[in-house]
Amino acid sequence: MLDKFKNNDNALMVFFTIMVLAGPIILAPFGAGYPDLLQRFAIFGLFAIGFNILFGLTGYLSFGHAAFLGVGSYAAVWMFKLLTMNVIPALLLATVVSGVFALLIGYISLRRSGIYFSILTLAFAQMSYNLAYSVLTPITNGETGLQLSLDDPRILDAANSSGSLPSTNLFGLSMNSTAKMELLGMTLQFNVGFYFCALVLILGFYLALRIFRSPFGLMLRAVKTNQTRMSYTGLNSRPYTLAAFVISGMYAGVAGGLMAITDPLAGAERMQWTASGEVVLMTILGGVGTLLGPVLGAGFIKYFENIFSKINDNVLHAWFGFLPDGLEDAVVSVLHFFVGKGWHLTLGIVFMLVVIFLPGGLIEGANRILRRLSGQKTGSSATDGPKQPAE
Amino acid sequence: MSKIIKTRREVLKTAAVVGAGLSMPTFFASSAFAGYRNEPMGGSVTLGFNVPQTGPYADEGADELRAYMLAVEHLNGGGDGGMMNTFSSKALKGNGILGKKVEYVTGDTQTKSDAARASAKSMIEKDGAVMITGGSSSGVAVAVQGLCQEAGVIFMAGLTHSNDTTGKDRKANGFRHFFNGYMSGAALAPVLEKMYGSDRRAYHLTADYNWGWTQQESIAAATEAKGWETVNNVTTPLTTTDFSSYVAPVLNSGADVLVLNHYGGNMINSLTSAVQFGLRDKVVNGKNFEIVVPLYSRLMARGAGENVKGIFGSTNWHWSLSDAGSKAFVKSFGEKYGFPPSQAAHTVYCQALLYADACERAGTFNPCGVVEALEGFKFDGLGNGPTEYRAEDHQCFKDVLVVKGKENPSSEFDVLEIVEVTPRAQVEYAPDHPMFSGGALGTCNPGA
Amino acid sequence: MDAILLQILNGLDKGSAYALIAMGLTLIFGTLGVVNFAHGALFMIGAFCAVTLQKMLNLYSVVIDPEKTDFLGNPLKVKVPYVESWFGEATGQMIINWSVPLAILLAIPVMLAVGYIMERGLIKHFYKRPHADQILVTFGLAIVLQEIVKAFFGANPIPTPAPDLFKGSFDFGLLIGFAENTIIYPYWRLIYFVFSTAIIAMVFSFLQFTTFGMVVRAGMADRETVGLLGINIDRRFTLMFGIAAAVAGLAGVMYTPINPPNYHMGMDFLVLSFVVVVVGGMGSLPGAVLAGFLLGVLESFASMNEVKSLLPGIDQIIIYLVAIAILLTRPRGLMGRAGVMEE
Repeated sequence: MLDKFKNNDNALMVFFTIMVLAGPIILAPFGAGYPDLLQRFAIFGLFAIGFNILFGLTGYLSFGHAAFLGVGSYAAVWMFKLLTMNVIPALLLATVVSGVFALLIGYISLRRSGIYFSILTLAFAQMSYNLAYSVLTPITNGETGLQLSLDDPRILDAANSSGSLPSTNLFGLSMNSTAKMELLGMTLQFNVGFYFCALVLILGFYLALRIFRSPFGLMLRAVKTNQTRMSYTGLNSRPYTLAAFVISGMYAGVAGGLMAITDPLAGAERMQWTASGEVVLMTILGGVGTLLGPVLGAGFIKYFENIFSKINDNVLHAWFGFLPDGLEDAVVSVLHFFVGKGWHLTLGIVFMLVVIFLPGGLIEGANRILRRLSGQKTGSSATDGPKQPAE
Repeated sequence: MSKIIKTRREVLKTAAVVGAGLSMPTFFASSAFAGYRNEPMGGSVTLGFNVPQTGPYADEGADELRAYMLAVEHLNGGGDGGMMNTFSSKALKGNGILGKKVEYVTGDTQTKSDAARASAKSMIEKDGAVMITGGSSSGVAVAVQGLCQEAGVIFMAGLTHSNDTTGKDRKANGFRHFFNGYMSGAALAPVLEKMYGSDRRAYHLTADYNWGWTQQESIAAATEAKGWETVNNVTTPLTTTDFSSYVAPVLNSGADVLVLNHYGGNMINSLTSAVQFGLRDKVVNGKNFEIVVPLYSRLMARGAGENVKGIFGSTNWHWSLSDAGSKAFVKSFGEKYGFPPSQAAHTVYCQALLYADACERAGTFNPCGVVEALEGFKFDGLGNGPTEYRAEDHQCFKDVLVVKGKENPSSEFDVLEIVEVTPRAQVEYAPDHPMFSGGALGTCNPGA
Repeated sequence: MDAILLQILNGLDKGSAYALIAMGLTLIFGTLGVVNFAHGALFMIGAFCAVTLQKMLNLYSVVIDPEKTDFLGNPLKVKVPYVESWFGEATGQMIINWSVPLAILLAIPVMLAVGYIMERGLIKHFYKRPHADQILVTFGLAIVLQEIVKAFFGANPIPTPAPDLFKGSFDFGLLIGFAENTIIYPYWRLIYFVFSTAIIAMVFSFLQFTTFGMVVRAGMADRETVGLLGINIDRRFTLMFGIAAAVAGLAGVMYTPINPPNYHMGMDFLVLSFVVVVVGGMGSLPGAVLAGFLLGVLESFASMNEVKSLLPGIDQIIIYLVAIAILLTRPRGLMGRAGVMEE
């Protein structure tokens, strides 16, 4: 089924749009249908899509992309503090600021390639993180993170005398208003903030699709395949890679802006190397160079972080209550190590399993399953393995 | 498809505020449910225990979780009742809170503001938690406190020592049981003067972020008032693991006391380096060189091993206290888990009890009712003597312990000994004290 | 002047830890072409060899002391380590006291075994895979290893002091004519420095002066040709992986008295050691060592008050600033070879 999308972008677009918009319904049975996690899926999906435009197409592995996310967040929160709680100016400023920041860093870093490029981007991001945490506290509010306060000017908004902070909104439509609905014993939550993020995600996905299919995208792929040969033909690849870097940095900035929109706080640890590493993992885990893969990888990691970490022994006992007592305790005491405080362990094991057995990432796994289901012979999978950049 | 509800009252408010607003879709405006956020409807009430389960403070988080589970057991009438028996307020009956059985959900803060807020949000949005509590750093406490204020649930802060939590970042829905940097300074300074004299020159090493700065400011002010001189204050990056290059120049600076404004892993490493450099064997200005660690945590002090022996610091609570409340708590915790509780465990246990008690006294889970019941609440029997939750800033005022590393520990838990119990009056300050100014509680938010 | 000398001393000591780890990383990368994100975890496992030995030596029998009571008022259970009851109290305590140096003996076979298992069991299958896959799988392994250690030893650091003999510090200043207490340095850190340089010298001479080393160097330069000569280069590379793991492990063992080890110490070093390797130049052993010492010394200088008052926050970013400056002026780091990891 996913294979068919290769030849039909419109079908892919429709499929993606439906899946995203129906997120609150599809994910509710998995315990992930609440606004905060849905928003995170959309935001990190966007972040990973943007990262994939750089890494998936050009092969340049940036290890400092979280810096753009962080800068976008700070820009958005400052907009909320100074100008208005409307999300549009915040999102615009986040995009512009992260774009400029990416242009600066990209211009310098792209003078080197391979791991030297990775380390340059890592160095810039770590510098941003360390400074934001300490010396730049007047701008970033350091450890605590930049927050709204009651006495912020917000010059475009009317004076606020309610004693509580205003919420982010789109021309009056509050981002945290939620409509709830009972269905088959589950509570479905349709949240404005999520749908705003979802629309941006769909737009971002569409843009990425267009880039992948454009001559520009082809040029980027040529950079990945053989940059030397490309330069022998008289083409200067730098403007192309720089454009890809800036675009992908702006995606990160928009994602950062959305984080601030759904939750108006910007913390320095968003820029730490672990955050940059996370988006790399999301992309590789989902499937590098594929369109859907990064979104899938982002969802996967965020699901682990938010759902597995909340399972405690109590929950386990409730799940396995049907087993005889001795067996129940045994099962719980084994699983105990893999959930709750052990969610990192499970995540590490899953990374290893996916990389070992699914070199093309989760998207390859999905392809394999669908192919199996649709009754094709497994023999064809050899041709569709990692050798061919799956799309 | 039974009920469609609006959860945020700001919907209409912001619509009015932003003039160019679209009109509200009508289904948001349904007011079938105008009480407060996550009002417990069934026979149980859910509390959210948000503690670090991964990262450097995972052990403190684990101890907090143990204490929470003990508190839940006691609130539901199980176990020996612990401090419920010694608590001066007798509103709790051991039948849950307001007759509803106490249930809980747990989450991992990772000691990161973002992750902590994500975890707290899932508790509020998904699990219907009516109160969030826990944490092991000030950054997380301030971030989650802000979230709870906006979401309209109560936040009981857990371990947070920065002045800002109840200073410039204070919030109406948040309460802190733990003490703070100012109190550490006020409690320590007289003891230090007594032990080391008033003619001392101090060299500060300070973790380069919010908490470090506020503590350094507090300690420097308190010791300078006793006649000490602050020779130098050097900030160290949070990510430092090897402090040798910061410790090495200390001896040559003319200082005779080293103050380590570090916590957790930073504290262990800087103290270990300082002792390695032999600072404590030196004589400067004709006096023995001394080291001070203003904020102690027994769990963390263990990591520094022998190096803590004889070093002064302050702590919120210690299991060797001999009042009835502390004894009852140590007994029920010790019998359940086999070792004595840490100050983190004590703090969060008290907070769980105090929250439950406030609900009982208010007769509701409504955050505004709870805030009213806790503001200005005076009580005793929870281990620190007579205690008050001050209405102006939601800071808890009680005795502060000055401790020092024990010279001859009898067991691996016997790391600290109590030097002095500094009475509450000595650590108290005005709500608008300059170190705490610039914030406003705002009004309580019931979230609906 | 004395302050500068002091910081040079400091920097060399810090640098020796960086150099050791970076050298191990480069050995693996240069021989096997694998980017090993689990290298920090190997350092951490080495440190926990020392912790394990200390715990083993402290295995105890329980004797009830009716005179004293524990925190619940029950009679105190006094723990008497077996080594004390076997060898007498004095000798027993002496053995426990020397557990860190003794742990070297434990760490060498353990680390060689861990390295061998890792290479044969996992890394081997990733030689032909893209670097991104190598990074992901070794990163996953690093997380798994550190979580296992955390499950056994907890999250808090565990004190592992140096033997009493090496406590305290040495006054260098007196030796070279400065006033007392101007240039002091802990004995154990001096030992660490000497130990590291010795290990580095051993690895270099092993590669330089033995036939085995010569073959490995040849393999690093041109693996295919060496294979064509009928030499089983793979087996030698496996052994090199073991040696690299042992180097990281020993660095970890000796580091424990400097900072009490915890489960995430490997991750703390990981990013830094990659920066060191890249600044040194990919695939260059002397480059890695040089960069390790250079960054150590510069980091120490940046933490001086005089420097910090001129440039606030410089100690937060110095490593990265230097990395950027070097990579922009020298495209392949200090001593990197062309074409290595540039795609």
